[in-house]
Amino acid sequence: MEIAIAIITGTVVAATPLLFAAMGELVAERSGVLNLGVEGMMLIGAVTAFHVAFAGYPLAVAAGAGVLAGAASSLVFGVLALNLLANQYAAGIALTILGGGLSAFLGREFGAAPIDPVEALHIPVLSDIPVVGRILFDYDPLVYVAFILFGLIWWMLFRTKAGLVLRIIGENPQAAHDIGFKVIPIRYLAVLFGGAMAGLGGAYLAIAYTPLWVENMTAGRGWIALALVVFASWRPLRVLLGAILFGGVNILQLHAQGQGIGPASEFLSALPYLATILVLVLISRNRQTQKVNFPASLAKPFRPGH
Amino acid sequence: MTPRLELRGITKTFPGVLANDNVSLAVMPGEIHAVLGENGAGKSTLMKIIYGALSADEGEIRWNGELVRIPSPTAARHLGIGMVYQHFSLFETVSVAENIAVAVDEPFDLPAISARVRELSERYGMPLDPDRLLHHLSVGERQRVEIVRCLLQRPTLLVLDEPTSVLTPQAARSLFETLRVIAAEGCSLLYISHKLEEIRELCDTATILRAGAVAGTADPKTTSPAKLAALMVGSALPETHREPARPDPTPRLEVRGLDAAAEDPFGTDLEDVSLAVHAGEIVGIAGVSGNGQAELAALLSGERTLSADDDALRLDGEPIGRLDAGARRRRGLAFIPEDRLGRGVVPLMSLRENVVLTAHARGGMVRGGMVRRDRADAYARRVIDRFDVRCTGTGAVARALSGGNLQKFIVGREMELAPRVLVVSQPTWGLDVAAAAFIRQSLIDLSRAGAAVLVISEELDELLEICDRIAVLYRGRLSEGRNRGEVTVEELGLMMAGGSAAAGATEPAGPAAGRTGS
Repeated sequence: MEIAIAIITGTVVAATPLLFAAMGELVAERSGVLNLGVEGMMLIGAVTAFHVAFAGYPLAVAAGAGVLAGAASSLVFGVLALNLLANQYAAGIALTILGGGLSAFLGREFGAAPIDPVEALHIPVLSDIPVVGRILFDYDPLVYVAFILFGLIWWMLFRTKAGLVLRIIGENPQAAHDIGFKVIPIRYLAVLFGGAMAGLGGAYLAIAYTPLWVENMTAGRGWIALALVVFASWRPLRVLLGAILFGGVNILQLHAQGQGIGPASEFLSALPYLATILVLVLISRNRQTQKVNFPASLAKPFRPGH
Repeated sequence: MTPRLELRGITKTFPGVLANDNVSLAVMPGEIHAVLGENGAGKSTLMKIIYGALSADEGEIRWNGELVRIPSPTAARHLGIGMVYQHFSLFETVSVAENIAVAVDEPFDLPAISARVRELSERYGMPLDPDRLLHHLSVGERQRVEIVRCLLQRPTLLVLDEPTSVLTPQAARSLFETLRVIAAEGCSLLYISHKLEEIRELCDTATILRAGAVAGTADPKTTSPAKLAALMVGSALPETHREPARPDPTPRLEVRGLDAAAEDPFGTDLEDVSLAVHAGEIVGIAGVSGNGQAELAALLSGERTLSADDDALRLDGEPIGRLDAGARRRRGLAFIPEDRLGRGVVPLMSLRENVVLTAHARGGMVRGGMVRRDRADAYARRVIDRFDVRCTGTGAVARALSGGNLQKFIVGREMELAPRVLVVSQPTWGLDVAAAAFIRQSLIDLSRAGAAVLVISEELDELLEICDRIAVLYRGRLSEGRNRGEVTVEELGLMMAGGSAAAGATEPAGPAAGRTGS
């Protein structure tokens, strides 16, 4: 029982940073912008949040700093890709490299120094329910933030005019421009949102999940977030599924490694990445789903004009 | 009575071009007013000025007698001007109601908008289901979405830019009925077209533009087509002449039972397509675009090859299904795509370089992997001379040519190779009357010189003018070929809409699937 509860709660916690980053990227990609810099933005968010937390500020301030840092780093990408119409693949990869280097530089003094772990949020009554309370209501506040944001993003995308505008810009920016929408500013907002969410995902890793700063501590989670978005066919519920799958397999393989069972640890460490991509590829083979959800202008530069 | 819209002395210049030269016109309330002119006469520029997408250099606009400025499309909409562009501003992946809701300045309430769409579409005889995803809709239905989107804002002037260019003759007629109802309710219509017949059928007044200036104003119902044409072109309409076909008995290009799933997710699957083109004849494929034309053209040209069932495509009796475009060209199959800039030519390369693209193998321009510039240059020069391509020389970049001259160059480049088979898609799309007549005559001459020519076109008049046989492509299925002289525009129009008599008025919808939901 204890193990089962530990695995379930561990899964949710491990899925949280991915959910942040992938949902941010989903919004950016739905607007037609492919930002491959998620890994870099996560690292910048992580190191910034860690700095602030290390200085003794509370969780909310540290997480907020991660958000701002992630958004600021995405601005670099925005200028290159949206104003200067640079190749989005190249600009995103450049951002990842920049983020890796910059975060290592900014975090060089910490050397794996730990900070105090974040306390779980105690919700009166709910947290005290046996078993269910521990599975559902025994997390740090950022976990709830991730799931609330997930719901809000889904609602925004599919139930509001803002979400509709975002989606049609992703499909056909020229037509959206022709009927009077400002494509570039709206895409900027989407990119900034993606950066903020990646920053928050990174912050979560550094101040809540581990909690310590290690160089390149995201360990490819930014890339997994990108893969989640694509293989989830740009659909939020599948992103959530993929994030939980990744988190779950990750926790399971950690337990297996801890018990010393199963094949080589290198293989076990690779398992969450393999399993997540395999499952999502298998469920995303439906052409109808693909064609209705794929942002057709993805990664294509757009210049308003006639 | 005060005109609803009055333009006085509108002038607009672009670098090197006088697009509108002192244009004046007045549209009365409830009037259907035609703006008639060739491509390049300045119609689109004028409409963009009226709709606020461009601003005029000189001149004034009066709206119900008052001097106004229209700085943006939003300002135009607030005045009560609605615009239906030739190229739709619609989105494939969302529903009809969402397509409409996103473009109107109203609260975002999809159920309410759906209800009004239903009401308007019934009132004006334009059946539409607001919940369907747009990519299931036919072109005619898409146009209804655009029109309903405008009507929802209760416009008092509706501008329509070449609205029938994508419709079957029957769908055009039902559009006219809708437009008459709209006008009868007091809305003015500005109807832009280069088709004389439909303007004579629909419009109360016509302003004719030529080279950016008003060439005249006429009552189209009482003015003869020849007079209108003369005003529009500046001279009598050019005519093509053709001799009767003497086709060779064995087919040169043969398609047998071709089935192919579309590669584009929004494309059309081809089902059991069969046709034969003989040397010495022109065969036409009619149909509203989106019914499998792009897929058929890609398979014939070799842009897409068949993996199995090699037998479905034959050239001179030999299977060619697995050959790529280059191999097919070497065997004498030339192809002219619909999209000139981008597929017909590389826009930023010179004409000299562009001839190498398709003529390298048969034109002897490459030796040992090296391009022989002198030969390419001579070839380009021959094309320019023979086909009267107006340009600065063989070094001119393709993009600098006008549409008509570019198409003459592309057609000339293929014809200079003396192909055994020529497949051409939308040969005169967007060309002025003189250039279009020249291209049509060239196609006739090529076939009479012994080539097999296949023309895929949306323009029925064009097909009836040049083809010896015409088949209709509808939802990926090709009808039997009908001989010229044995088939009427009406019959072809019905076949283009799916064949049944009832289909004329309400164009049949796409597959039943595809409601919204996420």
